[in-house]
Amino acid sequence: MAGFAPESSVTPEIQRIAPRETQYLRDERTPNRFLVHRKVFTDQQIFEAERRKIFDKCWIYVGHESEIPKPGDFVAREVAGRPVLFTRNKDHELRVLLNSCSHRGAEVCRERRGNQKRFRCFYHSWAFSNDGDLINMPDEGGFPEGFRKEDHGLAKPEQVDSYRGFVFATFNPEQEPLEDYLADAKYYLDLTADQAPDGKGMSVTPGTHEYSMRSNWKLLAENSSDGYHAIPVHKTYLDVQRSRGDDIAGSTEKDWKDSHAFDLGNGHTVTVKQAPWGRPVARWTPSMGEDTKETVERSYQRLVEGHGEERAEMIANLDFNMLIFPNLVLNNIMAVIIRTFYPNQPGHMNVTAFSLAPGDEDEASRRVRNESFLSFLGPAGLATPDDNEALESCQRGYEARPGEGWSDVSRGMDKAHPANWDELQMRTFWRRWDTLMGEEA
Amino acid sequence: MSFRYAEEKKVSSEKFTRAEVEDFLYYEAQLLDAWKLEEWRDLFEEDGHYIVPSTDNPDGDLAMDLALIDDDHEGLRGRVQRLMSTYAHIENPRSRTRRIISNVRLWDHDNGELGVRCSVVVYRSRVPGTTSYVADVHYRLRKQGDSFGIAFKHAMLDHHTLRDVGGVLSIIL
Repeated sequence: MAGFAPESSVTPEIQRIAPRETQYLRDERTPNRFLVHRKVFTDQQIFEAERRKIFDKCWIYVGHESEIPKPGDFVAREVAGRPVLFTRNKDHELRVLLNSCSHRGAEVCRERRGNQKRFRCFYHSWAFSNDGDLINMPDEGGFPEGFRKEDHGLAKPEQVDSYRGFVFATFNPEQEPLEDYLADAKYYLDLTADQAPDGKGMSVTPGTHEYSMRSNWKLLAENSSDGYHAIPVHKTYLDVQRSRGDDIAGSTEKDWKDSHAFDLGNGHTVTVKQAPWGRPVARWTPSMGEDTKETVERSYQRLVEGHGEERAEMIANLDFNMLIFPNLVLNNIMAVIIRTFYPNQPGHMNVTAFSLAPGDEDEASRRVRNESFLSFLGPAGLATPDDNEALESCQRGYEARPGEGWSDVSRGMDKAHPANWDELQMRTFWRRWDTLMGEEA
Repeated sequence: MSFRYAEEKKVSSEKFTRAEVEDFLYYEAQLLDAWKLEEWRDLFEEDGHYIVPSTDNPDGDLAMDLALIDDDHEGLRGRVQRLMSTYAHIENPRSRTRRIISNVRLWDHDNGELGVRCSVVVYRSRVPGTTSYVADVHYRLRKQGDSFGIAFKHAMLDHHTLRDVGGVLSIIL
């Protein structure tokens, strides 16, 4: 079971992609070699250019439709470094509004979530609809002739769109439509959305993991689908799961079965495999406990009824780690995690992560899911904190000799069909990053 | 059954003194500060739970919502196994921790368990620096011999995110 193999995987990477040499990358042939200059992790000017050339240009993940199911529901969060209100108007349409008053700039909403028809700025009481229109303000007559309320709505991204419940925005008026931008990543978004075969669709579970790393954001883009680090960094997780009865060898080639890495287009990547852990959606393993076996098997049966045997098998058993360029990770592993991150300095990022579950999941299934999620994931899980440590350790290394040195990202370049413990997925990210950074802002 | 807050008419326990409960809490803190985590784990009852809710959802639904930590007895066993290993890289070398406990209140539950609430500050020091966690911690305790067993420990962090307290929560509160 290889998942969906995109057209790009037919031709080996080194034949498909021209070599390049830029100030950031060396993508060389005969012999094959891929190097990333370490100044990309520490340099302030590169960091500022990234904001303009990447985060202001690409489609950026905002949230999931299930977070705001009803008209007036809103969540306040940062998207591409901007404070936004992710909300739904009275006609159920999705809206993303800059949370900054058109008058003097104060936040028009200071709650983190809730349900409101209006957002009223506390500074001078300007009030806006959840379409972002200025509705009223005190002493309206005092403004000069020609002042028109319709010119003073809340700022908005250039485009907002969603795909299977995943909502994105872009601040780039020339950005291609979302479905084109997502390219072959759509297959894996479908595979995730189809975990809820009936009823209410997929839903973000209340409880957000909001944490941070003192490292450059691109290290987390790499780490989130790095199969090579899993055995050495996550030994304690694997040991604990083995002590609970799971069949874990502690060896890269034995533990990742039928593994591939794919270039999904536009810098998006995925690695697929069958991993040694259990999956609440429906692959039971002993570590989940005998008493949960029936619950997990029932979930599998539901997939078969909704999708047929073949697709149910794929949904249940295909582990994948996907990066949607530049900063959305959707990992479908021991649970489904949505992870997004944004840098506030070259050496610091904020990370926000959510658990995505079938919307009508019952208490027994949710228990299995939450335990499986937290066994590995999250800033207090048995694995993720060690990723923090690894990335922070790398960053300390770069900052000790800023502007010097190259990182090697060559693993698997000689292979026609690289696996998740190779580095095709990272090279795909870096090539896209380099291309965008080479363009005029 | 609500695990939080005494009813107003039960603002103190009729069965236990605050001093003996404080002795127990200080003992637990000492075990954690000394990284005697196996002894700490053994303070829990067989059906015991240790929970830290997500920082944006402190009053969430324990049955359905995503917490930061949601350990039953087996979860605690795994967490302690990990933290005792030298492969828990973020805790190798181990953090130095110091727990300060205050504002201890207790009350009797109808089922015989003792409700306890206290304010806790945990200082965590590593080579890169020191951060501190501030938490509102609730317990349900059961009398066991001359000590207590922990049926439930629920630590609600005051922080809105983990971003200003070192980024993660890799120690036990």
